[in-house]
Amino acid sequence: MSVIRKMVTLLRGSARELGESIVDANATTIYEQEIADARASIRQAKDELASLMAKHLQAERESKRLQAEAARCEALAIEALDKAQDALAEEVAAQVLALETELGEQQRAEATLAAQVQRLKELIRSAELRLREHEREAEIAKTTESVYRATQSISDNVVNGGARLVSARESLERIKRRHEDLADRLQAAEQLERELGGSALDNKLAEAGIGPEAERRRAVMARLRAKQAQAGPDGGAAKPADA
Amino acid sequence: MNALHEQLRGLESHVEAAMAGAGVQLQPIPGAVPVVQVSIDGRQELPIFLTSAETQLLCLCYLWSDAEIRPDRRAEFMETLLDLNPSVPLSAFGRVGDRFVLSGALRRDASVEEIAREVVVLSDNALDALDALSDYLL
Repeated sequence: MSVIRKMVTLLRGSARELGESIVDANATTIYEQEIADARASIRQAKDELASLMAKHLQAERESKRLQAEAARCEALAIEALDKAQDALAEEVAAQVLALETELGEQQRAEATLAAQVQRLKELIRSAELRLREHEREAEIAKTTESVYRATQSISDNVVNGGARLVSARESLERIKRRHEDLADRLQAAEQLERELGGSALDNKLAEAGIGPEAERRRAVMARLRAKQAQAGPDGGAAKPADA
Repeated sequence: MNALHEQLRGLESHVEAAMAGAGVQLQPIPGAVPVVQVSIDGRQELPIFLTSAETQLLCLCYLWSDAEIRPDRRAEFMETLLDLNPSVPLSAFGRVGDRFVLSGALRRDASVEEIAREVVVLSDNALDALDALSDYLL
């Protein structure tokens, strides 16, 4: 029976029941027991198989020995007949019959053993398949148990801690808002850098006499000089003081 | 519990490096199974939870509850999730009880780098999914 089918059956109840049935019924312990039992019975069956196969080999050997013995006796009986020793031949014939009877029994036993070996091999094969299935079930059950137990722990702690009782939508909005805030801050910082960086450069240029500020200063100076030149000789009195 | 913590040693710095330096905090969650919460600054509402199961390390991000789905678009929503599922790299949509999750599974003995990568991908995918599917939510 498929594990997935079992899960589906359990799930048809309710998800909560699934979690509870797996956690509370301690399904994993049961699975573990089944796995241990299956392993033990496979080990036992294999031991049994080994001894059956040994018995089968012995039976085969015994059949061959009986066959050879019967053949040898047969040859002796024919030899006695050849030598007209009929009474002796009859005696040996009785021995042949006894050997053949024993051989027949031995062959039946051998066939029975062969059948038992075959059956046991099939049993072991199917037990191994079952074991694999159990192991897969146990893995699924344990994973399910872990997920449900973890979820339980998380729910308990989250509810107790009150850390997260907001809806998914609210969470998303918070994350987005935070992300936008960060993006805005980065943009503002960039702008500020641009502006500050720019004025710093303007200052340096002005100090070096380059740029609009320096140009205006030069223009003012030129105007003042022109005015001074216009005043000419009248303002001459002031000159010596300069000199 | 300790085995999981041991395995997660240094996870913060790996995740931080991948998230352009956003702060990352790990916090153990008390309970029957070892669970560690990974919170990434700026996405505190969508923490990733790590828990180790028998053969796997599971990473879960809880997205929304059943009750938050718009009833009139529920069927359409479910189909969208099914259609999306194979396309979302490394993460799968699912439901645990009444909560929808995005989950990813790693080998039980995954390295801290692999776990960090999974956490980052799961976080990105979760945020992306929440944004893309919010029209279906109340």
